[in-house]
Amino acid sequence: MSDKPVTRRNFLYITTGTFTAAGAASLVWPFIDQMNPDASVKALASTEVDLRPIAPGQSITVLWRGKPVFIRRRTPEEISEAKAVSLDELPDPQDDSARAKNPEWLVMVGICTHLGCIPLGQKGEYNGWFCPCHGSHYDTSGRIRKGPAPTNLEIPDYVFLNDNTIKIG
Amino acid sequence: MSDNYVPKSAVGKWFNERLPLLDLIYGHLMPYPTPKNLNYFWTFGGILTFCLVTQIITGLVLAMHYVADADLAFASVEHIMRDVNYGWLLRYIHANGASLFFMAVYIHMARSMFYGSYKEPRELIWIIGVFIFLLMIATAFMGYVLPWGQMSFWGATVITNLFSAIPIVGESVTNWLWGGYAVGSPLLTRFFTLHYLMPFLIFALVILHVWALHVPGNNNPEGIDVVKGSQDTVPFHPHYVVKDLFALVVFLIIFAGFVFFVPNLLGHTDNYIQANPLQTPEHIVPEWYFLPFYAILRAVPDKLGGVILMVSAIAILAFLPWLDTSKVRSAKYRPLYKQFVWLFFANTIFLGYLGAQVADGMYLIMGRIATVYYFAHFIIILPLLGYIEKTKPLPKSLSEPVLSKEEKEIIASGATT
Repeated sequence: MSDKPVTRRNFLYITTGTFTAAGAASLVWPFIDQMNPDASVKALASTEVDLRPIAPGQSITVLWRGKPVFIRRRTPEEISEAKAVSLDELPDPQDDSARAKNPEWLVMVGICTHLGCIPLGQKGEYNGWFCPCHGSHYDTSGRIRKGPAPTNLEIPDYVFLNDNTIKIG
Repeated sequence: MSDNYVPKSAVGKWFNERLPLLDLIYGHLMPYPTPKNLNYFWTFGGILTFCLVTQIITGLVLAMHYVADADLAFASVEHIMRDVNYGWLLRYIHANGASLFFMAVYIHMARSMFYGSYKEPRELIWIIGVFIFLLMIATAFMGYVLPWGQMSFWGATVITNLFSAIPIVGESVTNWLWGGYAVGSPLLTRFFTLHYLMPFLIFALVILHVWALHVPGNNNPEGIDVVKGSQDTVPFHPHYVVKDLFALVVFLIIFAGFVFFVPNLLGHTDNYIQANPLQTPEHIVPEWYFLPFYAILRAVPDKLGGVILMVSAIAILAFLPWLDTSKVRSAKYRPLYKQFVWLFFANTIFLGYLGAQVADGMYLIMGRIATVYYFAHFIIILPLLGYIEKTKPLPKSLSEPVLSKEEKEIIASGATT
């Protein structure tokens, strides 16, 4: 700090400048926020799915927030295969029970965690999903086993509204 | 203008030696010598620059959400108003910003007329200004079409039909403009493209406008020549930077008043009805800032004549520096012109009033009289005044009119010894 005394003018400069800066900053926000998801997008933020038509061993893909979501009714073999894996073998360790609320139903965002392609179902070395873009292999629980993807396929928020219906989002 | 500007930072120095951009900006914003007596009417140049930048920025973000298609445009504007985060604010700023832009430009032009700023050696500044005004008219009109409401649609229909008044090729020209046989999607899409382009052309012209202004320097309320760097000038910064900023703050308060309290006051309710090519609204009016010219168009009972007169009403402005034959600039020293210029302003506002009325009966007759007077001001009054008017003696410096008698005597005696 200098030895100069603080004058009335200094005070006015700083308060005026601060108010102007705060005002300008608050005015910038609408121009940034207008690019965020708008009300019409948020209104579509959840999707309800009827599970009755899906037989064991079948999958469907539904659109949720513009993204594909895989819903697979797993076979008993797939479930036991997923549960049998030791967590030590996994690059992103996660127990199958943490990934499927009901072991029969696997619900996950169908986007490869590497760079956003859609993996192909029941392909790859682990009988789960295989991403054709850069060769990531996922197992029957959608966990990454081999390849460049860093994490398991994402599990969206979902609830079973009843035995036959789930709500994603 | 800025021979001795040296940036403080090393990066600034490095940059400025290779491209003296900072030097250029500094020269035009900081030491630029400005007459010391400029009043608040001289703050509108800065306000207008602010308006242009505001329109460009809000327009840019609106264009991220708008869809230029006849089937989707109206809904996309409603989407902006209801769904997009702060969309209502951005659109209201843009729509009211256009109106305030015109308010400011009319005051700016009136100031130039009152103080004779268009006269030698500032003719080119004025002419560039007239072209900016023309582009503003085109931009504002096309922008008003984009929401695709009833007024948008029928305004576009009426204005594009003006071209059908051209003899022989009129119909081909309008069909070419429309990209069809009536106003529709092709016209909307090309209007959107041009509406996006034109503000940048205006911006380029504004640079020329300021460049041309900074050659002779500002005119001033006394209208006399001022020697740059003399006691009659002060540096632009801080004197006029602060004055311009203060005026801008007052302008912004009015702006905010419109945006937050009466955002639709200057618009027309019919434009919240989606365009219907099968039904014309009962009473079509353009935006308020076009009303005087609209009144001139309707004053003539002939299609081609009306169009020619309306275009001439704007084009004649470009010839103002030569139509006004008086050598004295400021109306302060022109007792007759001072009355006539106020009469001209009043007449133009009256034309605006008439433009909003139904073109019938008395309104039509008054419209014709006002139109004749509008042109008489330029073609008869201004050229004649230069010869018959006895102007008041001009002061020798900007200080002289504000000095006391004693002070003047001191200066006079100092000058003789």
